[in-house]
Amino acid sequence: MSHYSASELWSIFIMQGFSGLSLFSVLLLMALGLAIIFGQMGVVNLAHGEFMALGAYIVYLCSEIVHNHLPALVPYYFIIAIGVAFLAAALVGLLVEWSLIRFLYKRPLDTLLATWGLSLVMQQSFRSIFGAREVTPTLPDWLMGSFKPTATIDIPINGVFVMGLTLLLTFAVWAFMYRSRIGLQMRATVQNRNMSGAVGINTKLVDRFTFCLGCGIAGVAGAAFTTIGSTGPDSGSRYIVDTFLVVVFGGAASLLGTVASAFGIAQGQSVCEFFLQGTMGKVAVLLLIVTVLMIRPQGLFPGKVRS
Amino acid sequence: MNKLISRILGGKNELAQFGAVALLLLLVLPLSLDIFRLNLVGKYLTYSFVALGLVILWGKAGVLSLGQGVFFGLGGYCMAMFLKLEASDPIATKIQSTPGIPDFMDWNQLKALPAFWVPFKHLPFSLMAVIVLPSLVALIVGLAMFKRRVGGVYFAIITQAMALILSLGIDGNQGYTGGRNGITDLKTLLGWDIRTKHAQYVLYFVTCGLILLTILFGQWLLSGKMGKMLVAMRDREDRVRFSGYDVSAFKIFAFCLAAALAGVGGALFVLQVGFISPSLVGIVPSIEMVIFAAVGGKNSLYGAVYGTLLVNTGKSLFSETFPQLWLFLMGGLFIAVVVLFPNGVAGIGEMLKKKVLPGLGKLQTVGPMVTPKMATPATKGEES
Repeated sequence: MSHYSASELWSIFIMQGFSGLSLFSVLLLMALGLAIIFGQMGVVNLAHGEFMALGAYIVYLCSEIVHNHLPALVPYYFIIAIGVAFLAAALVGLLVEWSLIRFLYKRPLDTLLATWGLSLVMQQSFRSIFGAREVTPTLPDWLMGSFKPTATIDIPINGVFVMGLTLLLTFAVWAFMYRSRIGLQMRATVQNRNMSGAVGINTKLVDRFTFCLGCGIAGVAGAAFTTIGSTGPDSGSRYIVDTFLVVVFGGAASLLGTVASAFGIAQGQSVCEFFLQGTMGKVAVLLLIVTVLMIRPQGLFPGKVRS
Repeated sequence: MNKLISRILGGKNELAQFGAVALLLLLVLPLSLDIFRLNLVGKYLTYSFVALGLVILWGKAGVLSLGQGVFFGLGGYCMAMFLKLEASDPIATKIQSTPGIPDFMDWNQLKALPAFWVPFKHLPFSLMAVIVLPSLVALIVGLAMFKRRVGGVYFAIITQAMALILSLGIDGNQGYTGGRNGITDLKTLLGWDIRTKHAQYVLYFVTCGLILLTILFGQWLLSGKMGKMLVAMRDREDRVRFSGYDVSAFKIFAFCLAAALAGVGGALFVLQVGFISPSLVGIVPSIEMVIFAAVGGKNSLYGAVYGTLLVNTGKSLFSETFPQLWLFLMGGLFIAVVVLFPNGVAGIGEMLKKKVLPGLGKLQTVGPMVTPKMATPATKGEES
């Protein structure tokens, strides 16, 4: 490293830090929806990754439609597409909850198998509809390129965009869960279903809404990912283990825990990948997480609810 | 002695089922299939070791592991390392820059055999490792998790992460493990060529014999105190604990046993198929192994064998002719087994007896019906 000048080292440090932050926002974005579905409701949704892929495909679809029919809207469509992705994923989530999940709330292991089956069906549907090749939506110009504060520092705009969206979404989820009435009902249902029912909360409706919301957030996450990578039928399944580990590592019922664990895992992984080659960095991080979880199964920030 | 025999063989019902499986595996399939198809069946049967382990671990003890591919892979790799070393003797590999080491090591510029490969030059050690290594990993994981009363979903997720770690780890260390291609070009076992038709027949019957032995062992185990304890833990863990039993010890034992069985399956897989690769170890194969047990009926040892054969035959039929349909079908199978047939193939028969037959009776005889009352709590019990 001696042949780098001090300013070059500083630039490397900044850019490594940024790539860690970038990974952090990606992990957090993936985990937010699951923090609600798994963390709050305890539903093991192994098809969560496919809901992300669904969001991504919706953005691709929007981009195709806008480019072919409404070229005037090209600079603005992405914002709308994120909303559409949210709605579409939430709608599919509603359908899934109504047709499958609601029968399985008391059988978490069976939910796990059924949602894995669902993920296979969704993957194959993507493949049949959009083809096996990975697709990329045409991004508006303002998402391309990078900031160059100095000659050696290069910060991609799409990374900043994802980061901003993550911050916004995390804040929205927090505000929803801890500052809104329905968020209160949701937390009450999680803590004590019978008592919540007794005080007049429609717990079944709350379940359905919560599941929908989690799926919708997954859709937004998928939409955001189209700015940093392409989407294929099995994109979702590639992330599913990481997503679950982020939520479990943070302590399932804690939003703060999810944020903290996404940060820790992302920084750990980007450091490890700098020192170890390719996949071994990831293996090292996964091993570390699993070891920590064996010693401290409740995660970093355990919830205060007794099971 | 009589008691022992009756525990191993079970009642009339079990004896008939055992006879049926033995007849199918030892007589019907070998006589009706050519050696290519029979070798495929043999390959499927190696998965049924995993499914048998899952019946004990998941069906009886209620602990779902999504990492059985790890143990299958460990067993398989132990066997493959021995066979690879035998296939890479200095004469056969004299064109390499370092003769006497496996070809993929030579391609990755390794100059000597890594230390952890050396003991695998000996068959007894390798065979022992096939069983001991998976059990040891299961013991460590089980001790860490069950002693802390981690179970259910968390256990499933951690074991799934293990499957990812092992497959990525093998993939990333090409020089030591063969990487993504796995360990290939396995030729002989102590000079006996495992690629000949004759060897494939022998290996098929060895596999069948071991499966039948495993079933008998499982019946012996589950008909005794162990079986009762496992089921009691699955249904009311707290009560078992309050009665003074160490629940974790029983779970650890079941996990280690399932791991050892998976390891045996992996070793037999390598012997019959002639290679092993990380694609057999990862998340997807591990969760598919769960569906083998689930389709057969997670409570039934015999169901495990039938389930494995059914799903795999379906897989090869469909992925040959309608590759697009296969994932739909597989996904549908996962959902259907969970929602409609929680006890799999083995449960369908019982369900027919319980629900359809009384229903038919209802059509024929209009009279005071007792069955609907009895049926209602039964279905409720299944849902909860």
